[in-house]
Order: sequence, then C-alpha cells, then structure tokens
Amino acid sequence: MSKEKPSFEEDLKRLQKIVEELSSGKLSLGDSLKKYEEGIKLAQSCSQVLNDSQRKVELLMKKDSKFSLEKFVDEENPS
Amino acid sequence: MPDKNQRIFTVSEITQDIKIILENTFSTLWVEGEISNFRAATSGHFYFTLKDKDAVLGSAMFSRANREIKFKIEDGLKVICFGKIDVYPPRGQYQLIVEKIEPKGIGAQQLAFEQLKNKLAKEGLFDPGHKKTLPLMPFRAGIVTSSAGAAVRDILQILQKGATCVDVVIRSVRVQGEGAAKEIASAVEDFNRFGEVDAIIICRGGGSVEDLWSFNEEVVARAIYNSAIPTISAVGHQINTTLSDLVADVFVETPSAAAKIIVDKKHALLSDLDGYKYELVAALSALISDLKNTLVALKHMLKSPLDRLLEKQQHLDELSVALNNHMRHCLSIVKERAFSLIKRLDALSPLAVLSRGYSLSMLAGEGTVIKDASGLKAGDAVKTILDKGAFISTVQEVLKDEQRKTIV
Repeated sequence: MSKEKPSFEEDLKRLQKIVEELSSGKLSLGDSLKKYEEGIKLAQSCSQVLNDSQRKVELLMKKDSKFSLEKFVDEENPS
Repeated sequence: MPDKNQRIFTVSEITQDIKIILENTFSTLWVEGEISNFRAATSGHFYFTLKDKDAVLGSAMFSRANREIKFKIEDGLKVICFGKIDVYPPRGQYQLIVEKIEPKGIGAQQLAFEQLKNKLAKEGLFDPGHKKTLPLMPFRAGIVTSSAGAAVRDILQILQKGATCVDVVIRSVRVQGEGAAKEIASAVEDFNRFGEVDAIIICRGGGSVEDLWSFNEEVVARAIYNSAIPTISAVGHQINTTLSDLVADVFVETPSAAAKIIVDKKHALLSDLDGYKYELVAALSALISDLKNTLVALKHMLKSPLDRLLEKQQHLDELSVALNNHMRHCLSIVKERAFSLIKRLDALSPLAVLSRGYSLSMLAGEGTVIKDASGLKAGDAVKTILDKGAFISTVQEVLKDEQRKTIV
C-alpha cells in the first residue's frame, strides 16, 4: 500500500476542520495564514492521491495459509 | 359366534394379510397433502403427518432419503410425496414411506431459497444496522470472482478509465457449480485475514438462476455477514436478488456498477476538494478585506503626531500665501494712493503756478515770499523767481493802496 493512502482520510478530515475553523473567522491573521497554507497543501496532496495513475492489479494467492501477491495478467488483454 | 366355516384370523394373520394387500396395491404412489406434526428424530429420520380436510396419513422419511432435500420441511407446507404404503404390525398402523418430497406449486430450489432467506432474516443477517459504510475512497479493492471471467475485466476496465488510483487484488474462485459457494465464502474470509484491502467486491457476470445459485448459499451469506471489511455484492443479473446481495453492505446489479461506485466516489471527492480550496480562499480573502476595513477605520480614528504636524504645516503654508497676497494687495492700493497724492501735490505746488506766468518775489537775502507791499520800502532789493530763472530788482516806489486786480 502506498505510503500516503492510509492518511488520506485523516488528511481529508484535517482539511475539513481547517476549512471550518478558517470560515468561522475567529482566527488571527497569522493563524489564518498558517491554516490556509496547510489547508491548500492538504487539498492538493489529497487531489494528487486521487489522480494517481500508478495502480497495481494483483492476484491474492494462498499456500499453507500464507498469503502472497502475484501480478495479474489478463490473458485476453495483456497490457 | 362365528360360523364353523368361517376362518378365524389371529391378529398377526390379518395384519399380515392387510400388509400384503396394502403394500402390493400401493407400492408406488404420489400423495398430496399438508405437513403437520413434523419431527426430525435424532436418528436422522423424519416423521410427520400428511393431512387434508378430512383425513390424515402418518408418514416417515428415512435419513437415506431425506439427505437430498434442499428445502426445509415444516408444518403447514403443502407437498407432493412419492413413496409406498407400509404397514407396521406392532402398532397395527399403516404409514407412507416417503422417498421423494416436492413442495407444491413452487420449485424445491426456490422454496429452499425462500426458507433460507427467512431463516437468515430472522437471525438478522440482512439488518440495515449491521451494514458497514464503504470507506471514503477504497484505494485497494479486493475482488472475489473468477480471474478468467468477464466480471473482473469489466471492473478493471472501468477503474482504468475512471480511477487509476485504485489498486486491485483479485482472489480467483469458481463462481458456479459444486463447491463454488465454499470457494467464494473462503475467499471473503481470506481477504479478511489478509487485511490489506478497503472493500471486497463479490461478483460474477450474468447467467441463469442456476448459474448464480452459489451466491444464494448459506456459507456465502455468512462469510459476507462476518466480513469486517465492507462488502459490495454485484452478481450480474437484474431480476432476482441473491442472498449475497441481501447480506452485503452495498449491492449493485452488475460488476461494472460496483466499479462505478468507486469511480463516482473519486469524482465526488475531487469536487469536494475543489470546494474546500474555494472555501479556504474565500475565507482568507474575507478576513483580509475585513482587516483592511478595520485598518482604514482605525487610521481615521488615530492620527499620528506627524500627520498632525504636516497638517499644521500645510495650514501654515496656506496662511502665509494668503498673507503674502494680502500684503501685495495692500501695497498696490497704497502705491496707487501715493500716486494720486503726488499728482494732487504737483497741482498745488507754487512752482506749478510759475509756469502759467506768475512769479514769486522775496526780499533778497530772505526766504519769505512778499505778500504785502507795506513791508517794502524804496531801495529794497527784491528777488523775483520766474518759471525759468530769477532776477534781482530794486523797489522804486511802494504802492500800498493798489488793489489786486482780477487776474485772468
């Protein structure tokens, strides 16, 4: 599993919180700028993860109750 | 008393005769009736009564025969039974020995399905409360299907087009025929043990009811129910709902639709993210423009000493310009007045009279102009000033009474 994916939901939650905080208008200018910067960064990294094109297709194999992954080759569509 | 010619049977003899007659006459037959008093003995044999409006028929189905039954026999069920009549001498009873049993009006398989469905429903396997929500974005999807089937290709194709961020792990199983259900169930369990997927898609392409039957089996339903990982059931068909559909957390009609759920999630998230970015920008701009307004207001309220000094300086400059202008104006007025005074003075100067032919006389050696002749005596030297030049003369005679004549 690629490194950033497990944190996707956390990042998204954090982003939602930042949007909420910033929209409340209760932060100082300095804090707002910091949150804004962090929020934009989070939004960009989340979008990047979603637009990632490095997908893997594998077969789950089991031998002696141990799992392993094999590359899946579509015989009708080997690409 | 019986006739002498009449035969007297023993109970055993008559029972034996009845047994022979009945069993020969009814060695194979179909009987239709409703099940009541059903009892499954520990031996595995079934005992029940078939009844209709007016009669009852004791029935037994031995374990060797009932093993093959797909549906569950229960009281109230209307059935058609195939078998033979058997007489049981120790009790003097006859009964139907059932070899085959079919539900009436509905296929055995369908009935089995309905019965299993009811049973699982009672156990709560379809409870909406038990259903898990899919992750916000399943980045790694497990697929339980045949790796050679159309279903897996459909899913891969749609994900390739719409959500290349999703990794796919396939656990290949047989999706129809004997043993398929067990493989499907194990695959779901395997994914749970393996753990590294966010969602499991249990699927196969379309087919006949029989082809899809594995997805109606209890092992599959239970494996899906017990999955800790959210499940999507996508058994390709449109008319019938399989048990796997009912148990799964999400169910769609085709494998493609399952993949589309994931693609849709991705698009929804991307548009959410755009929304968040917009909100961030909007919130910050609002804050900045608020601050700007406050700053302007404060500036108005709070003037710096320098500003005040500058203001005073400016005022001073203005005043000094005004003063200069005023002075210049005053001077020019004074100048003008001086000019006119000089003009008037010129007109009044005695010297001016001289130019018109008058002259001034004074005693020579004195500066006093002579206005009265009585102050003179003959012999006085008199200096007379003309317009141009002067002369000195001697008085010959004083004429005191000479009146001034009008001078023209």
